[in-house]
Amino acid sequence: MIKTTIVLRGRVVVPGACEGEALVSHEPISGWGGIDPARGVIIEPRHELNGACFTGKVLVFPSAKGSSGWSGFFQSARLLGTAPIGMIIARISTKSALGAVVTRVPAVTDLDADPCEAIATGDRVRIDNGTVEVRRP
Amino acid sequence: MFLTEEEKRMRDGSEGAAAGAAMDLLIRYGEALDAARLCDVRNVAGTMTQPSPVKAALVRQGGWDKAFAVINLDCDDDIEIPAMRVPTCQLQHGFGGDAAGVVPYPAENIALQAQAESFYGRRGVNILATCTPYQVGNIPVRGEHCAWMESSAVIYANSVLGARTNCEGTASAGAASLTGKIPCWGNHLDGNRHGTHLIDVRVPVDGFMEWGMLGYFAGGVAGEEHPVITGDIARPDLAELKHFGAAAATSGGVELYHIPGVTPEAPTPEAAFRGREAPPPVTYGPRERRAVYDTLNSQGTSAGVDFVLLGCPHASVDQVRRVAAELDGRRLSPGTELWLMVPRALKDVADRSGYTGVIERSGGRVLGDSCPAMSRAAPRGTRVFATDSAKQAHYLPAILGIEAWFGTLEDCVHAAVTGRWEGGLP
Repeated sequence: MIKTTIVLRGRVVVPGACEGEALVSHEPISGWGGIDPARGVIIEPRHELNGACFTGKVLVFPSAKGSSGWSGFFQSARLLGTAPIGMIIARISTKSALGAVVTRVPAVTDLDADPCEAIATGDRVRIDNGTVEVRRP
Repeated sequence: MFLTEEEKRMRDGSEGAAAGAAMDLLIRYGEALDAARLCDVRNVAGTMTQPSPVKAALVRQGGWDKAFAVINLDCDDDIEIPAMRVPTCQLQHGFGGDAAGVVPYPAENIALQAQAESFYGRRGVNILATCTPYQVGNIPVRGEHCAWMESSAVIYANSVLGARTNCEGTASAGAASLTGKIPCWGNHLDGNRHGTHLIDVRVPVDGFMEWGMLGYFAGGVAGEEHPVITGDIARPDLAELKHFGAAAATSGGVELYHIPGVTPEAPTPEAAFRGREAPPPVTYGPRERRAVYDTLNSQGTSAGVDFVLLGCPHASVDQVRRVAAELDGRRLSPGTELWLMVPRALKDVADRSGYTGVIERSGGRVLGDSCPAMSRAAPRGTRVFATDSAKQAHYLPAILGIEAWFGTLEDCVHAAVTGRWEGGLP
């Protein structure tokens, strides 16, 4: 099987390394009112990922939107064992920066290519501090 | 990130373990943002008392000190929580004892929140219990650095008051309250407060519903950036700007906007863009207005309305007066409930002015502290709700799995009285 590997470089938001399957959103993600921390599922009705589970995945998204409860909802996901294992955030903001910190998972932003285009759902992704390695099965 | 000597000492425990943990969180958060330094704040609006299953488990495990450490400081150590270092208020939270028997809401949440109020009150937290601290005495002055949560309050503070705050979260606000510090990033910096998008309004915008729809449109256009609004707009009042901002923060992530001649940092359109060239305008005309209305009403199919919700963000006294005037001498349809959410401090004024009595005689309720979205609570059996709030029309269908109608205060009261939605775009 031929595998394509691409490497993206960015700025560390939360240091660390992780590897797993990517879940990619092209639309901003809401925390409060947008996810159910008990199940680790996106619940915004008109969202492209409505119904998708991010537990154990590397969540790739353009930005955080909506309520200031964003970080608190992802923190709850961590405490309930449903959190993603890493975050790749195209555009950082206070919501996603604090959200990544309190989810306590490796996170990266300001990459040299748009991660929401470069990475597809189902790709194998490894975050190692500011480096993201993407393997497409 | 640069730290002053004072901040380093605080990190190392000079002000106690809790302030040390708070500084540690602020450093991790500041570095996540790539902030150059921290700034001083002495006005924090956060959330500590809101009940949740996670919080209840932490309180059982280690009391309120434990709950604050984990949730409000992201700290796993067993530390004692001292008095807040700077003025701090609690935003909206769960329902209180007065909602028992009215709102289907767990009695254990009411009890947990009462304990929390007592714990945090002793540590100097002002229990304002509203999403609109600026309606009940917490009005930052122009240029004041704050650490506020609640997207609708953040956008009001930045845009209408000219204060400076990012949209903080539970942990950063908690850490700010024990240190008087927050990352000096984003809206705190002069160079980041200019307009980025120009919206040219070509359809008359006047009144609460119209300002809410324009806000919902502006959030869609500007995303997380800073729309500047010009054109055919009537001079807005507090309630209209409150609704405009709440809607813009909901559809996008707007934390700052300018309306030349209205908001303080934009005496003119040129000032709104701080000398930069204005981008090509995006038109808000009859077609765009219709599209926003249809979007907000795309989550309703049944004309039968079980529940009418007013007061998101929490109503001003004047809004309460208008609801009372509309309901005076009428009765709600059997099977339809009406809740009007207000800051508890203003409910006292509404009570004295007789507005609460008028609303209650019609069968409606005036409730403090919370809202259906915060507390995931609506009248039992609600399938279809109507609201004059673009924000609740956006969120509540997702949170409670119900249908939504959006319209004017008058449309909503009509639905409450007849049990049917007959609103439409005038």
